[in-house]
Amino acid sequence: MSGTQGLQAGLTSMQRVLTALGHQEPDRVPLFLLAVMQGARELGLSIEDYFARPEQVAEGQLRLRAKYRSDCFYTFYYASIETEAWGGGTIFRKDGPPNAAAPVIHEIADIARLTPPRIEDSPGLLRVLETTRLLAQESRGEVPIVGVVMSPFSLPVMQLGFERYLILMHEHRELFARLMQLNEAFCVAWANAQVAAGANAICYFDPISSSSMVPRALFLETGFQVARRTLARLQAPAAMHFASGRVLPIVDDLAATGAAAVGVSSHEDLGTLKAACRGKISLLGNLNGIAMRRWTPAQAEAAVKAAIAAAGSGGGFVLSDNHGEIPWQVPDTVLLAIADAVERWGRYPLDWCQTA
Amino acid sequence: MPLPSEALQQSFLALDRMRASELVAVAATELPPLQVIETMVRPALEAIGQLWEQGDCALSQVYMSGRICEELIDGLLVGSASDASRILTPQVAAPRLAIAVLEDYHLLGRQIVRTVLRAGGYEVLDYGRQDVEELLDRVCADRIEILLVSTLMLPSALRTRMLIDGLRRVSPQTRVVVGGAPYRFDDQLWQEVGADAVGLHAGEALTIVNRLTGEAP
Repeated sequence: MSGTQGLQAGLTSMQRVLTALGHQEPDRVPLFLLAVMQGARELGLSIEDYFARPEQVAEGQLRLRAKYRSDCFYTFYYASIETEAWGGGTIFRKDGPPNAAAPVIHEIADIARLTPPRIEDSPGLLRVLETTRLLAQESRGEVPIVGVVMSPFSLPVMQLGFERYLILMHEHRELFARLMQLNEAFCVAWANAQVAAGANAICYFDPISSSSMVPRALFLETGFQVARRTLARLQAPAAMHFASGRVLPIVDDLAATGAAAVGVSSHEDLGTLKAACRGKISLLGNLNGIAMRRWTPAQAEAAVKAAIAAAGSGGGFVLSDNHGEIPWQVPDTVLLAIADAVERWGRYPLDWCQTA
Repeated sequence: MPLPSEALQQSFLALDRMRASELVAVAATELPPLQVIETMVRPALEAIGQLWEQGDCALSQVYMSGRICEELIDGLLVGSASDASRILTPQVAAPRLAIAVLEDYHLLGRQIVRTVLRAGGYEVLDYGRQDVEELLDRVCADRIEILLVSTLMLPSALRTRMLIDGLRRVSPQTRVVVGGAPYRFDDQLWQEVGADAVGLHAGEALTIVNRLTGEAP
């Protein structure tokens, strides 16, 4: 889309995002500023206390969106909330995301006796669902609610530990297949429970499928097949997110997974990714969340401009960070500068890109 | 015809244990074990680390290469009268090395670095997952000269500053090398935390340790 077709005023976030994901230009580039823990700061709570009550997380998301003008609500708590459901623990800290405690599967052979947990038996997951319901009431269909799942292919890093998982993947293919079967059942149930609670889309975190983690040939045998089977059973569109991992070697394969969008890394050229994905799969990214911590507002603006110039034309692009979660240490001034820069430079048509 | 180390590198990347074993066995008929490791195994591992840094191979290949490498080293040393560290340790006085993961349960990077250092002839104390206080105590007790610290999460990387400040007080001779994902996304972070060096991939570990000990790489 170009010219005056891009000048649509007064779109809701939902309309803006759907237009962009439909590979057309809305009124401006959508912004998914994926602030999670920052809700605790808004409410004056510790990160651990914040995540203990679903209404606090809903309130945090409302305040964060009002402040940073993000085009979505993001119901992500922390990754290990899923392994809590499998019997694992979580280590909270004051200055960063809660982390998975020790792996829950102690021996590879234990996979033969494993059964997936039920969503309704998992207090942590029920809290996420309640947050989703509360946000759905507030959103009234005008703001996309993005739920989160760990992919069945990536969850084992927390279930088993990374080393043991790589050994499973390479040397115990039957048990690997069984674990994928169990994880797929859990992932589909968990994603669809979030959709039933009001999530409009699912962010499918799959860092192990990235080319930083496994070569393309292995991805096509494993993570690709898992994603294709799993995403086909979800009752909402999904974005595959690689949490800063590289995807260029597999970018032509990703549309075939059924994903509507892909979260991409600051380690890869956004223009090259756009050229490969234009009209096929939308891009979500790729501001460097780690470097963001030391940006000035001017640097934040420059980064936003560069990303929009590289990937904004024709829609199919949502500006976001490259990891799927803004670090706790990123200052407010930077997040506000990002929001301001999207307003200033993200308005379609992007005539300044041609003249720049 | 590729050099033996390049052929070994290809067999590692293909996870072809048999081919890797054949290549090393042929070399071992002509060279002593230490030389096979130094001229074939170590360069192959370092090159694979470099490929990963460039985005030209995957972490699974780096790890599985290290796993095969460990088996090859063990195989070379079978029947030797000496233990592994004595055979592999260079003739000059080796520094006291330790490696730890700060505050995370993600231990893969530390395992890969350990393998590379072992292939370079270094004995490394493995502390596993550590908190700052515990790690300070162990470094002092073991009189560690070079400490390698791996982190996955940004807050853990930032906590390394506290570790290094503590070491400067209680063990000022200890040099600290950091590595892990946060450093790959922020090229100033290693200096901010006060480290003596950063390794962006495992293949750099030997070069850095050699440099810190004053040896030519």
